[in-house]
Amino acid sequence: MEITEKMVAKTATKLSADEIQKGKVLSVKWTPKLKYAWDNGPAIGRYLAELKNGKIIAKKCDKCHRIMIPPRMFCELCWVPTGEWIYVQDTGIVNTWVVSYVDWKATRLDIEGGVRPLTPAVIEIDGASKGMGILHHLNDVDPWKIYRGMKVKAVWKPPEERTGAITDIKYFKPIK
Amino acid sequence: MSKRVAIIGIGTTGFRATTPDVSYRELTYEAAMKAYLEARIEPKDVDSFVATSEDFFEGYSIADEYSPDQLGAVLKPIYTIPGDFIHSLASAYMMILSGIGPISVVQGLSKASNMLTLSEMVTFAMDPIYNRPLKESPHAVAGLEMARFMYETGATREQCARVVVKNKRNALNNPYAGHGVLIDTDYVLNSEVISYPLTQMDISPHSDGAVVVVLAEEETAKALCDQPIWIRGIGWCSDTPGLETRNWGEAIYAQMAGEMAYKMAGIRYPRKEIHFAEINDEFSYKELQHLEALRICKKGEAGPLTEIGGTEINGEFPVNPSGGNLGVGNLYELNGGLKVLEVVRQLRGEAGKNQLKNMTTGLAQSWRGVPTTTGTVVILSN
Repeated sequence: MEITEKMVAKTATKLSADEIQKGKVLSVKWTPKLKYAWDNGPAIGRYLAELKNGKIIAKKCDKCHRIMIPPRMFCELCWVPTGEWIYVQDTGIVNTWVVSYVDWKATRLDIEGGVRPLTPAVIEIDGASKGMGILHHLNDVDPWKIYRGMKVKAVWKPPEERTGAITDIKYFKPIK
Repeated sequence: MSKRVAIIGIGTTGFRATTPDVSYRELTYEAAMKAYLEARIEPKDVDSFVATSEDFFEGYSIADEYSPDQLGAVLKPIYTIPGDFIHSLASAYMMILSGIGPISVVQGLSKASNMLTLSEMVTFAMDPIYNRPLKESPHAVAGLEMARFMYETGATREQCARVVVKNKRNALNNPYAGHGVLIDTDYVLNSEVISYPLTQMDISPHSDGAVVVVLAEEETAKALCDQPIWIRGIGWCSDTPGLETRNWGEAIYAQMAGEMAYKMAGIRYPRKEIHFAEINDEFSYKELQHLEALRICKKGEAGPLTEIGGTEINGEFPVNPSGGNLGVGNLYELNGGLKVLEVVRQLRGEAGKNQLKNMTTGLAQSWRGVPTTTGTVVILSN
């Protein structure tokens, strides 16, 4: 620390944020243009196609008998190809959730100004094996009244707006 | 070296320009399943796994996290090397020798077809302050090197074109290769100029695919495998990256990686003691430059040797019987995997119409591509 202080005193120039923002400090900027189109493969491909149909599909491992979502072509634990496709429900229970005051860019939401906090949750889907679920948003519910084990159901986009994406489900909402 | 390590299983999907029918997960799963079947093991028998991936190429930050499932490596010791496949092979080799356990698995993957801005991605590898603002094509970097290499060694465009003709012809007889074609040198010389002297046909087209290798220490290898392929030497090296300061004529990185591997293998005269080689040929001239760096040819000799057919399958020193990167494809991080795959197939006598005769030792060499000066070498014997 002492050495750093001596170096700063002898050689460094103190900078203000203003000087950096006005470009008085030389720097190089580069915005990468990185674009991808990932091949989904048969498992994720079918999963997305079924979401577009308003359905959730799973795949079963014939060895450990897990009914897995998202579906996969092989069981990562048993190391065997998976078996039959099985439709599961669009209902489930909350495994874990959070009341978030920041969005995915870490920008603070204007909670005091009336913006509803985000409530991402992991939902264990009915019909799939224990622990198998979907990460999604909860809505139509007071963020502070969500509880572990709460029963929820998918709220789908209208068919004409679906694109074959996880966002074809708008969010999950509580049911009795 | 007190212990020896062998390749006891190898699996691949083969290589194609696009693979829209499968995700990277199924690609790796297929290669892994074939490798494990060959090695007569299950994932539970594996002591350590090494995956190979580059985040920008995969399109994920920390792509490591997506490696375990398709290798059967969930809750097992695994890490990812953002380098060449042969870097990962070296890492797995060291893990066995250091006593982590007798069996190690190496994985490599290419989904190059999923990168829509491939050229931008390579440009992104250049220095952001000195080089990127100039907005030069990555192929210009290869062209600069080709020009200097030709000047220093007397290699000609015709000799480089012979490399393309040979490798693309070899690829026609390799069932795993996706870019085989019968052409002549005029076709290469008259193809579209990219960065003169580099033309379109001097550049390897990209491919998708996966390779998985199972390594085992000597006792385990002999117990499980009738035809173990022994790792006799392995080496890797990186030169200074500066486009301003590097040696443009010679591939010093390949030379040093080669010498490291030769020393380990006890090889003094590579041309005599090694019988064939799989050499990085992402650009046609690289095959010639790398052959000279590895002392398989003297400086200025690789071009003439190629011209008289010395590197053909029936030549004095066969080079890239697989079809190389020019005939099989540019696989990025997996490029070393393609080379190792072919050397293993040759040493086991499984190379079909491209099978070489009377050989016991082969060399696989890779390069990290433009704009890098990083190379890897492994020497294998049956």
